[in-house]
Amino acid sequence: MKPAAFHYHAPSTVEEAIGLLSEYAPQDGHILAGGQSLVPAMALRLATPAHLIDINNVEELGGVRTESGYLCIGACVRHNAFEQPIVEGPLGRLLATVVRHIAHYPIRTRGTFCGSLAHADPASEWCLVAATLGAELLAQSTRGVRTIAVEQFFQGVMTTALAPDELLVEVRLPLLSKETRFGFSEFSRRPGDFALAMALVVRGEETRIGLGGVEASPRRIAAADAAVEPLRDPRYSAEYRRDLARTVVRRALEQCS
Amino acid sequence: MKREFIGRSVPRLEDLPLLTGHGRFARAVSFPGELHMRIVRSPYAHGRLLGIDATRARAAPGCVAVWTSADVAEVPPIEFRPTRVKGLEPYRQHVLAHDLVRYVGEPVAAVFAEDAYRAEDAAERVELHIDPLAPVLDAEASDIEPTLIRKEYGDVEGAFARADTVVELELSIGRHSGVPLETRAAIARHDAARDLLELHCATKRPHANRDVIARMLKRDPASVQLHEGHIGGGFGVRGELYPEDLLACVATLRLGRPVKWIEDRRENLMACNHSREQRHRVRAAIDASGGILAIDDEFFHDQGAYVRTHGARVPDLTAGMLPGPYRVPAYRARGRFRLTNKTPAATYRAPGRYEATFVCERLLDAIAHKVGIDRIEVRRRNLIAKSEMPYKRPMEVLEVETVLDSGDYTGLLDKTLATVGWPALQAELRARRARGEAVGAGIALFVEKSGLGPLDAARTRVDQDGSVEVITGAASLGQGVETVLAQICADALGVDYRNVRVVHGHTDRIARGFGSHASRTTVMTGEATRLAAEKLRAAVLDAAEGLLDLPAEILDIVDGRIVRTDVRAAPLLALGELARGRELSEEAEFRSEHMTYPYGAHVAVVKLDRDTGAVRIERYFVAYDIGCAINPMLVEGQIVGGVAQGIGGALYEEFLYDERGEPLSTTFADYLIPTANEIPPVQVLVTEDAPSPLNGLGVKGAGEAGVNAVGAAIASAIDDALGRPGAVTQLPVTPTRLKELLRK
Amino acid sequence: MQLKLRVDGAERTLEAEPRHTLADVLPTHAGCEHGVCGACTVIVDNEPVRACLMFAIQARGKEIRTVASLAACSTAGEALHPLQRAFNEHHALQCGYCTPGFLMLALPLLDRIKKMTDEELREALSANLCRCTGYQNIVKAVRAAAEAMR
Repeated sequence: MKPAAFHYHAPSTVEEAIGLLSEYAPQDGHILAGGQSLVPAMALRLATPAHLIDINNVEELGGVRTESGYLCIGACVRHNAFEQPIVEGPLGRLLATVVRHIAHYPIRTRGTFCGSLAHADPASEWCLVAATLGAELLAQSTRGVRTIAVEQFFQGVMTTALAPDELLVEVRLPLLSKETRFGFSEFSRRPGDFALAMALVVRGEETRIGLGGVEASPRRIAAADAAVEPLRDPRYSAEYRRDLARTVVRRALEQCS
Repeated sequence: MKREFIGRSVPRLEDLPLLTGHGRFARAVSFPGELHMRIVRSPYAHGRLLGIDATRARAAPGCVAVWTSADVAEVPPIEFRPTRVKGLEPYRQHVLAHDLVRYVGEPVAAVFAEDAYRAEDAAERVELHIDPLAPVLDAEASDIEPTLIRKEYGDVEGAFARADTVVELELSIGRHSGVPLETRAAIARHDAARDLLELHCATKRPHANRDVIARMLKRDPASVQLHEGHIGGGFGVRGELYPEDLLACVATLRLGRPVKWIEDRRENLMACNHSREQRHRVRAAIDASGGILAIDDEFFHDQGAYVRTHGARVPDLTAGMLPGPYRVPAYRARGRFRLTNKTPAATYRAPGRYEATFVCERLLDAIAHKVGIDRIEVRRRNLIAKSEMPYKRPMEVLEVETVLDSGDYTGLLDKTLATVGWPALQAELRARRARGEAVGAGIALFVEKSGLGPLDAARTRVDQDGSVEVITGAASLGQGVETVLAQICADALGVDYRNVRVVHGHTDRIARGFGSHASRTTVMTGEATRLAAEKLRAAVLDAAEGLLDLPAEILDIVDGRIVRTDVRAAPLLALGELARGRELSEEAEFRSEHMTYPYGAHVAVVKLDRDTGAVRIERYFVAYDIGCAINPMLVEGQIVGGVAQGIGGALYEEFLYDERGEPLSTTFADYLIPTANEIPPVQVLVTEDAPSPLNGLGVKGAGEAGVNAVGAAIASAIDDALGRPGAVTQLPVTPTRLKELLRK
Repeated sequence: MQLKLRVDGAERTLEAEPRHTLADVLPTHAGCEHGVCGACTVIVDNEPVRACLMFAIQARGKEIRTVASLAACSTAGEALHPLQRAFNEHHALQCGYCTPGFLMLALPLLDRIKKMTDEELREALSANLCRCTGYQNIVKAVRAAAEAMR
């Protein structure tokens, strides 16, 4: 299970990175960040990028800051940065609660928050967080920078609004007010496995309910009994997944009541 | 005989290299100039192989050769163990598919290249022209039945006619298997100067495999040597002969370079032996008080696409061991050995018995419910009594008469209930259920087989530095062979176990060997070691007598030194000194026509999540009578490890196929091996109430006790938690299946 | 391509292509090559990492530690690290294939392990697979080593 050969590039600035991406995207070029999803796909030869642009040495992308009511997370921020609350207040605690469900510790030392969003696996916890909170995603290419609202970002299984030559440089999550309560519930077969269903409830001025792991993309739902279109899976029937969706939403709601 | 080391949980001798990164697993074994082999596998479950175009592959950088079946036409199909069963020959597997492909993963071509990366690159370029055919994916629907395993004794029809009532069940066990953490590997090397064919990283049955390889390649067995390094787990699936082993051997002979093959995990999950998949229709004739009058079982064994090296042994074991520890006056079993377009199946830890215990114990629970008695009581009523031992069952298993050598089943049941605190446990669970929790307890009893003969041999010798070497034909799969045999030798000879070095897995070091499988090593090799060590002790004292001019009767060996037993004095001589003037080496053989039958009980406590269908095992208990535990810590390790695998088969592990016969469980993301989170603390009670009368130490094997009854115990516990006896009829009990049960 | 890596305190020069993973250039065990089993776990800059999920070329400039660096020296009869000793004393290995991965997983986490409940410890150790032991003795050994290093 060895990956196919590729050309390796290691830019040290965002400028360089998007330049390389612009040049090689048409030739099956791909960004390498944490690699925790990309490398197994390459080992199975499900992904065979001819060029890998390793952004791990781009210092500009490694930071977290708050700005104008948002937590701004750079492309290379690892999952384990969130294990201790990265910011004061409910958002930091929410992220620290959710992160424990992501794979296992050794994967969290390498995998990145932004990488999860760019990868758009239906079972990604961070994608659910982004969708529920109404994140903003910053995509940069040689053509410029644009902000993509999360409602437009997820377009299906492993499919996003990013153009092949765009690098997801930053994700912005709205900071939550002090009184905000949240609840998170995930069901998977073993700890760290892909979620079969997960729900995030955030009760601030408004109540937001997000459902993930069941459908092609995570999304906000209106109530626990929302109509849900589960992914097709030979092991878990649609009826079972819908049942599970109701359960995790209920449990998440209970946690923040 | 002394018991200074036997019976003690001494730390293992194997550990140091494994803890310090000096293990010699296949990845670490390399020879100069070696080629890497990569197998091209069928992407179809069934199809006509019209042609293979390897032109682009041969042109790939680093590719040295690409073979198809025409290139290995002289290699016969892989044989199976000698058996009286007829009709299996046509279903053997060739090392590369000829005209038909019969399962996804079947080897179709072999690529040889300078390194593993380029071998895989080249393999991708091989073009297969296959005309797909409809696959058969259900054993019952298959019309290929190479044999029917039939066992029968007593008047079955009469029993059913007389019966007060009849219980009927349809039960199935899901397809799963050993899946060791190290994938398969074979490294073949031809020493051209001496015309010696070496196969490295071999295990399980080195001598037997050597003989088969020699026969298949038409070589003198003396010109074939198998060598074992460190092995990352066996569980029955590693160490059988596979197409890849033969291909590596042929390749090194023909290409003139060492050939290294290491399978990847995806290949392993679709090409290494599968196991366990059976569907049973079983009925029992019972009297009014729940006494079994007869059992009649018909089952379909899903063998996959070919008959492999075990022939039809697994359904034979199922049929033969199904009665378990119970008195079954009349019995009929018909095992339909069917071929399907799936990965071929063979033995996996407690082969045929995980399945048989599941069926038998489900039956006992069903009988209890039908007659309205307690699950424990129904078992008491049917257990074979200690006074009936040795108990002959009028049928053969593995072509050997079944004689349960010793056992106090009721005694062990009592100890189980007492240790677990069964009445208090029942009360606690009732109280929790009243509070709304879906909790329950299950119990399952079983009999295991161990000590497969017919014989074993060992040679012991003293080196000039006083250390002792024991040369055996055993194999190590990680179970602690070096330690256990050292403990036995140490006590029999009179040395410290740390000064005993056990050699295993090398066919050139001992002429006869029978390998390690079927929980035989402690029994067979252990006994041979003890006999050899005792002979050596006598020889040593004899030599000492001559040297010291003292009668052997007043001499003893203590901690490697000759001492007088009549007066207190300093040791007279060290073993090493004695070895300097003479050859101190003795060999012994141990023969046993019969197997030994250890037995035990499992208790599981589970909690169900009614919303998600998840099953949480809160508590697990195993009681096991082993006759004589050489190293209790190692016995417990085997049991807990087996429980973990049993839990896998009961709740998590399953090889699934889609309607086209494509395997769905091809990575560790789909094939779910339990982690530390899924395995509860396991409480183990090892007893020595029924030593085997068949060997000097009274030992029975430990390897398969932990896994055997897990499916049965967990099914029983889930029924109890649901409040519905007989609810569970299929393993694994996945969340989807449990939800379906809850919905009913 | 020539690659310079710092492994177990020493500089090593290796021949490697970009696609060679760290698991391929180091003598780690590899149970799955797709990042699930953890048998290939090594320590990179003081954190446990799955060597099969990192290309060797990405490890330039980092401190890599393998199980070989655990013991005080590398000849027989050496002083074992408390973790290794605990694994031996508690029979936490059978075939040994998962063992280096568990050692490298537990080592960086030993400080945290002291404060973990049994349930939390099992969850932390659920990162790696073992097929032989059933985990019970691994949990005991890791717990004992954490205590011994207080």
